[in-house]
Amino acid sequence: MTSPPNFSMFRWLVWRDLILAWRRRTDVLATLFFFVIVVSLFPLGIGPEPQLLRTVAPGVVWVAALLASMLSLGRMFGNDYSDGTLEQLLLTPQPAYLIALGKTIGQWLVSEVPLIIIAPLLGVQFGLSERTLAVIALSLLLGTPVLSLIGAIGAALTLGLRAANVLVALLVLPLYVPVLIFGAGAVEASVNGMTPQPFIFLLAATLVLSLVFAPWATAAALRISVE
Amino acid sequence: MLEAVNLGCVRGDRRLFRGLNFAIRPGEFIELRGPNGGGKTSLLRIISGLAPPAEGEVRWRGQNIRKLGEEYASEIAYVAHQNGVKDELSPTENLLIAGGVSGNALSREQARQALAAVGLERQRDLTTRLLSAGQRRRLALARLRESRAKLWILDEVLSSLDDAGTNLARDLISAHLINDGMAIIATHQELGLPAGLISRIDLAT
Repeated sequence: MTSPPNFSMFRWLVWRDLILAWRRRTDVLATLFFFVIVVSLFPLGIGPEPQLLRTVAPGVVWVAALLASMLSLGRMFGNDYSDGTLEQLLLTPQPAYLIALGKTIGQWLVSEVPLIIIAPLLGVQFGLSERTLAVIALSLLLGTPVLSLIGAIGAALTLGLRAANVLVALLVLPLYVPVLIFGAGAVEASVNGMTPQPFIFLLAATLVLSLVFAPWATAAALRISVE
Repeated sequence: MLEAVNLGCVRGDRRLFRGLNFAIRPGEFIELRGPNGGGKTSLLRIISGLAPPAEGEVRWRGQNIRKLGEEYASEIAYVAHQNGVKDELSPTENLLIAGGVSGNALSREQARQALAAVGLERQRDLTTRLLSAGQRRRLALARLRESRAKLWILDEVLSSLDDAGTNLARDLISAHLINDGMAIIATHQELGLPAGLISRIDLAT
């Protein structure tokens, strides 16, 4: 048998997750609304003091993004696991590494990209400058793939366990800390009129690092969970 | 082609089987029997490569399947208890996507023919959610039919199929064996496949 073109299998895998997400779009919208509501609660709770809002904005946006991305982790492999399609995927002639990467990309496109798009709009509530809004989007653009990549490891490890959602949070949130620090740091630097460049570079480095190692760990975790 | 050498399986602290040896050559099939909890599914998962054996090894063309990896995956098709079909997709989409992700892309026409062959032509654009258990099983059979795999690993493939569906599964398997395919089938029911090519493994003994 000739070895089949890997790239087309990979494309099918990502395409599959996009179609499935479209068919279950309420799940995706729920995550997005969660993000919008959490971010919007802070100006309401703290009160309309511009200086204070500007100070807390970086942390609030980033923490909300972490929590929102946690919400979608359970779905990442859970549905495929319970209907047996995950087994079928692992039996395709595609390395498990690519399956893990494909599923992660699917989750990022579906659950994280909407956050990146809507976050600058939410930033307006905090009275941030246009430049800072752009930094929010850029930091999320670099940071959320890391969240997906790390989250995938946790999601794969807790697959089929009873308290999976709580366990994922315990496993994954501590690992999110560097992303939170760099991401919020970039926005904060911009709020204070400094250059966010060092933080952006650190985020990019984290992304490269996790892009290399996370799918590999996820693949190993998937194999163990399916066993 | 497929050889099991001294296979052993342990679940928890219970030993399900040990020292299991058998081989399948092109055109042959193995009927796997045994009581509930006897280790039939565990054996099939070991053969498919999803689970590692506690001892022994499975060889494909003389090589350990755990070394072959993806190369082996392109030669087998596994139908488990769960059909591995997506409720959100239509039967046509299920086939197209299952084909696409396994590097065996189908045209819409091929998918239509495969669904017609298992009696799902009228349901081909419904959501799979609306199909009955037997119809989902038929969809899994359609996927099997299009898989181009040499070795079929089938777990209770006749469950929830009606008489027509059982005949259909039997015809599919016979056709596969005639084309020099191989199959290993866990079952409680008589399959009624032509004798002579069968070997039987009973896990109770």
